[in-house]
Amino acid sequence: MEGLRRASAAIVGVAESDLGQVADGLSVIDLMAQGVQRALDDCGLKVKDIDGVFSATTQSRLSVQALCEYLGIDPRFLGSTIVGGSSFEYHVAHAMSAIEQGLCNVAVIAYGSTQRSVGRKQASVREINPYESPFKPFMPSSAYALAASRHMHQYGTTREELAAVAVAAREWALLNPAAWEKKPLTLEGVLSSRMVSYPFTVRDCCLVTDGGGALIVTSAERARGLKKQPAYVLGCGQSTTHSSISSMPDLTVTGALAAGKAAYKMAKLGPANVDAFELYDAFTINTILFLEDLGACRKGEGGAFVAGGRIGPNGSLPVNTNGGGLSYCHPGMYGLFLLIEAVRQLRGECGARQVKDCEVALAHGNGGVLSSQATVILGNAATL
Amino acid sequence: MPAGEQSPLNTYLAHLEKGELAYQYSPEAGRAVFYPRVLCPFTGSAKLEWRISKGLGTVHATTVVYPAQGAPFNVALIDCDEGFRLMSRVEGIDPIEVKIGQRVRLRVHRPGGDEPPCPVFVPAEGV
Repeated sequence: MEGLRRASAAIVGVAESDLGQVADGLSVIDLMAQGVQRALDDCGLKVKDIDGVFSATTQSRLSVQALCEYLGIDPRFLGSTIVGGSSFEYHVAHAMSAIEQGLCNVAVIAYGSTQRSVGRKQASVREINPYESPFKPFMPSSAYALAASRHMHQYGTTREELAAVAVAAREWALLNPAAWEKKPLTLEGVLSSRMVSYPFTVRDCCLVTDGGGALIVTSAERARGLKKQPAYVLGCGQSTTHSSISSMPDLTVTGALAAGKAAYKMAKLGPANVDAFELYDAFTINTILFLEDLGACRKGEGGAFVAGGRIGPNGSLPVNTNGGGLSYCHPGMYGLFLLIEAVRQLRGECGARQVKDCEVALAHGNGGVLSSQATVILGNAATL
Repeated sequence: MPAGEQSPLNTYLAHLEKGELAYQYSPEAGRAVFYPRVLCPFTGSAKLEWRISKGLGTVHATTVVYPAQGAPFNVALIDCDEGFRLMSRVEGIDPIEVKIGQRVRLRVHRPGGDEPPCPVFVPAEGV
């Protein structure tokens, strides 16, 4: 982004809260606090060090205020941008900006959701759109399905190619002890599952889990004295193209194109420099669209690109190495988990799913119905 | 807008009650605007005129929703000939047979009860 300085800040602590199906009665703020405590442990900082707080959730209208009360702090800087699942990628840029300006020095970014425990209907209030709701689209699946229909029409993308995204995600998930899904999945298994909104079966759609977590962001100077290797913020970019799917300018080109361009420019890197892509895979079409828009392959070629296991653990391009929203965890606003995985890959903490010599990792968040796109490029000390 | 004036939504719905699909036109942008609103998203101007669509369009994108109970049904994005896009559904054929590029014609659906009318489409050959 114009106005931010490459590597002026770093993510120094990351943690998930409890995931999957959490203990009965845990609130979303409990989950945020779990994440904060574990992320602080991860970097060696204390609650009293926090002077900036960012949060987003669908289950607490004034979540940042609630989290500050819970933690017993009155920080200098608050932020609560909420644009769906990409909110946390926006928060990283906002935290970086506040740190550069001296408005805060240690920022926490937190998320929590109990949507599996309380049910999706309880977790997010249904908003009526008088120009869409009468047609009863199954949201958000149908919006992404409409985009998929255009990609299939324009580029000949097939259901099998979409399914290959889900299979690769599952293969990665089987290497991640924290993943929700524990059993193998085949192309045929995806295609023959219950149809939700054509061309998507339930296996083309993300999981519905509980979960949360937190990130700690601080200045590059302070980061160097902490427990683990800093993950420097090399580049950020954002683009919000629409809110409702009827108003998406081009159903086959997302805001990831502009977000990615801005992030690469700031990072002084290109797609060929990225060792691991963590892409918001709410639906199988997302991975294809974002690989295209972020320059891993050309527009229209994403379907063929993902076929044959290229993005799986035995393929040539590591994508969604934690198992993704499709097979690891998806509490509704998944963007925080992309950043957690990117940081862990850069540190070399990922065990069986570790990407070899990972120096640059890209986290790309998606919010709404392909609406708000935000890219964060992270790098370890080798990239400075 | 004063309380006595009609909101963009209610103007749109009043036209549907008369069997018409209304949209807005921005003379400064020279373009159709949909959904109806109080300012033009292309120019920022409040100058918007109401127009009535001829009710012909082309399927831009399509899906079939498989509800937990009941029959599958179509949801589509329709490009109307006047240059605006809206969500709707194509009726009168198997929902999976709705194809991108297919020509369609407006039919105002009246669900009855408290639900307002809504614009749906049926296949239109040769128009």
